[in-house]
Amino acid sequence: MAPQSVSEVVAVLSEHGDRAKLLAGGTDIIVQLREGLREADMVVDIKKIDAVTSFKYCDENGLSLGAAVACYNLYEHPQLSKLYGALADSTHIIGGWQIQSRASVGGNLCNASPAADSIPALIALNATAVIAGPSGERSVAVEDFCTGPGRNVLENGEFLVSLQIPAQGGNCGSAYERFIPRNEMDIAVVGAGSWVKLADDGTIAEAKIGLGAVAATPLVAEAAAASLIGKEPTEENFAAAGELAKQIATPISDMRGTDEYRMHLVGVLVKRTLTTAVERAQSS
Amino acid sequence: MSASKKAHVTTTINGESTDFLCEPRHSLLEVLRDNLGLTGSKEGCNNGNCGACTVLLNGRPVDSCLVLGVEVEGAEIETVEGIACSSNLHPVQQCFLEGAALQCGICTPGFLVASKALLDKDPNASEETIRFDLSGNLCRCTGYDKIVRAVQAAGQQMSAEA
Repeated sequence: MAPQSVSEVVAVLSEHGDRAKLLAGGTDIIVQLREGLREADMVVDIKKIDAVTSFKYCDENGLSLGAAVACYNLYEHPQLSKLYGALADSTHIIGGWQIQSRASVGGNLCNASPAADSIPALIALNATAVIAGPSGERSVAVEDFCTGPGRNVLENGEFLVSLQIPAQGGNCGSAYERFIPRNEMDIAVVGAGSWVKLADDGTIAEAKIGLGAVAATPLVAEAAAASLIGKEPTEENFAAAGELAKQIATPISDMRGTDEYRMHLVGVLVKRTLTTAVERAQSS
Repeated sequence: MSASKKAHVTTTINGESTDFLCEPRHSLLEVLRDNLGLTGSKEGCNNGNCGACTVLLNGRPVDSCLVLGVEVEGAEIETVEGIACSSNLHPVQQCFLEGAALQCGICTPGFLVASKALLDKDPNASEETIRFDLSGNLCRCTGYDKIVRAVQAAGQQMSAEA
């Protein structure tokens, strides 16, 4: 079924609970249903709802990104790809071209994979999830949205309508990088997203760092970001932030890499993404 | 997903208005192959990794195994069957043939659809862009080099003809 409004979706979800599954780009849910990883009595296509499929930027409120907007809209957009570098970086490497034509950032968040590429980028960009439910609308910071692998804060009857991402001034920049053993089309061994705002004297005024694939949920590296405030954007300071980011990582060892290797990658990727974020801020 | 009533879907496939009936659970790939006899699109992995089922949905390449048939109401679809112009092969098809850019052939329809889409965007695409844009198509025979060279050759023909 394909409802036309947010309230219809809430009504269907309230009635059927988790026996109803939402369909945006379908690149996760169709596979999960087909392979028996999730079960459903009905699939609800939310792509007939304008609030879910549209996106809008303004200098005052920033980017309002409908939950079902496909990845390519971000990295192909001349203005948005510049303003939200970390989001453009991550959406351009989620799957291949075919996946990016369908998969949405909102879906990537709801799927709540610890290794999701867009989530560290959203965390770094200070994004908020706008959730509709039986008792109205509520907002949750993206870093608080995932509660475990494949689990999120959505309660019965609730769904993600859009993401709100703050406006970017001329002195802001962000970047996302992941490490994978293949060239493309793989799941992050570690991913890191960094955002910085530079002061007029070129020092770092604000910063935020998100980490992926190093814990059960994506993390926000608060101490690492705080260490940069008021500092010069130097390699030494970025490396020091990378060391602090390692302290909150609790990675596992699996076929993609050992915990020790992942820990090393946290330092490398935090440093690299901070470097790129500052370069972008300086040239914006 | 439990069995439910079939839906009536009207869509445009390779320029022709097409109607079909399908269950909500059926993928576009199943509809194309089993209902409409368009067996050019192949089922490789059936989970969005291999790209053998690539078709264009409203001009963009998608894995048809990850699209539900009921989702394409009113959409425009192009499959590998629509690439050649009557009896003339498209340059990308001709160059795959001449450059022996296939061995077993199961991935080829997906590569042709994605390659044509990327060359329509930019016939002079660099090797790096070609490899990046085709990363959602897997080939277990050729090692990709012949495929990339065939796409480059097709791009040259297309820019010469333009």
